[in-house]
Amino acid sequence: MTQRFRDLLALEPLPADELTFLLDQSKPFQEIQRHPLKKLATLRGKTVALAFFENSTRTRISFGTAASRLGADTMNLQAEASSLKKGESLLDTVHTLDAMKPDCLVMRHASSGAADFVAQHLDIPVINAGDGTHEHPSQGLLDALTIRDRLGSIANLNVTILGDLQHSRVARSNIHLLGKFGCKFTLCGPAMWVPRELEKIGAPGVPIRRVFRIEEALEGADVVLVLRVQTERQYEPSISAEDYVLGYQLDAARLRRAKPGAIILHPGPMNRGIEITPEVADGRQSCVLEQVTNGVAVRMALLFLLTSGTTEDGTHPLAEATPTKNRRSTDQKDPSHASR
Amino acid sequence: MRIVEKTQLMSAPEIDRTLQRLAHEIVEKSGGTKNLALIGIVRRGVPLAQRIAQAMRGIDGVDVPVGTLDITLYRDDLSKVAPQAVLRSSDIPFGVDNMDLVLVDDVLYTGRTIRAAMNGLFDLGRPKRVSLCVLIERGHREMPIEAQYVGRSVQTSDTEIIEVRLREIDKEERVVLVDRVE
Repeated sequence: MTQRFRDLLALEPLPADELTFLLDQSKPFQEIQRHPLKKLATLRGKTVALAFFENSTRTRISFGTAASRLGADTMNLQAEASSLKKGESLLDTVHTLDAMKPDCLVMRHASSGAADFVAQHLDIPVINAGDGTHEHPSQGLLDALTIRDRLGSIANLNVTILGDLQHSRVARSNIHLLGKFGCKFTLCGPAMWVPRELEKIGAPGVPIRRVFRIEEALEGADVVLVLRVQTERQYEPSISAEDYVLGYQLDAARLRRAKPGAIILHPGPMNRGIEITPEVADGRQSCVLEQVTNGVAVRMALLFLLTSGTTEDGTHPLAEATPTKNRRSTDQKDPSHASR
Repeated sequence: MRIVEKTQLMSAPEIDRTLQRLAHEIVEKSGGTKNLALIGIVRRGVPLAQRIAQAMRGIDGVDVPVGTLDITLYRDDLSKVAPQAVLRSSDIPFGVDNMDLVLVDDVLYTGRTIRAAMNGLFDLGRPKRVSLCVLIERGHREMPIEAQYVGRSVQTSDTEIIEVRLREIDKEERVVLVDRVE
């Protein structure tokens, strides 16, 4: 297996074995969340730039926590305080950040493709923390990790996604990841939020169907992904909160249509009483807090992966080990049985 | 550059006898197996620790807990070694506070692995005592670290490599000394 990705911009191009590898690499970091002493010195001296051109609380804190638990420092750029308000271009802003010599850039932006654009102009690794309605790869990974932990596997599951599918990068990252493991998707929400084009967003052959009655959509589900009703990204024609609750809210009665062991994910922050009832949000099938804990582990794995080691020779630190000359700096802990 | 096998240091039965002796030594010096636990360092320390624990069962009739520790995150050279930093899971299914821990590894060389392992252990708690058991000790230390339990000490030069091959990982069982020849 060759891990050669320098950036993490999207899950769509990654094959199943690399996605599995990323999930596996998150496991040691899940263990660290349970340690009494959670801080490592692994990335001591490294700096992670967090550039959130669009508001975010949990993702920014999660990446910041991941960086600090690895011993890295962070630089923070936030939308309101940034020079973007003073008319600076995106490229000028990231070049300015880059000139302060961070080792990695984590960025969120309201425009789809923004992270990709920036990655083409910077030499440091770029992690997409959400770009418009395109992807949110670390969220897709932490969702898959949560599902795998609870259900034992991410293969061949019935996944029902509820809400504003059209504007959801979380839904897209989930479909791109889980679709490679044989999952089937049922999308459900008000018709204007679930346009026909969504049936084609997966790789060829990934079964995606649209259903407009929530009871039918939940039938036989293993995983229910509830999306937030995103007031900041809503366009006309809209739907009133009352109508949404009536037609699409996940409540205990509707949830009984899903398999008895079905689990519920929500990327947060939740609008309790709108897309999900408190009873369901706090029930034993809900994984929302595990998602948050796993988010730190996944992001630690990504930062470790992209910023440890050197990529100067073009090979990724995670490429299979080749014994190098006179490697005496440690007692040679690697599986290739290198020089000793 | 070629790698040439110079000599065999241990055969399979010799490895087995050595581990039996090490198990006896650890139990003797620890005054029994109370509060004793073994921590195998990934990768080849792990099967060695499991085999020592098995030998201890024969001595004391007690199951000594065995944990595994991956030291990758604690290495001091992550940004220098370009190749490979695949993480494996550490699994220490017991509290380390006030325990009498024995780190187990295949070869003691520079001492940096052990330095990293101790950092990892102390993130988990405060053991009462930590000692070190290795199958082979080969000199060339770069840290003030020594092993309390040693299978065999071997004089080596800088260019030589000691390969411990264990059936659980390498499908064969022996210890060989190899050399790099220009």
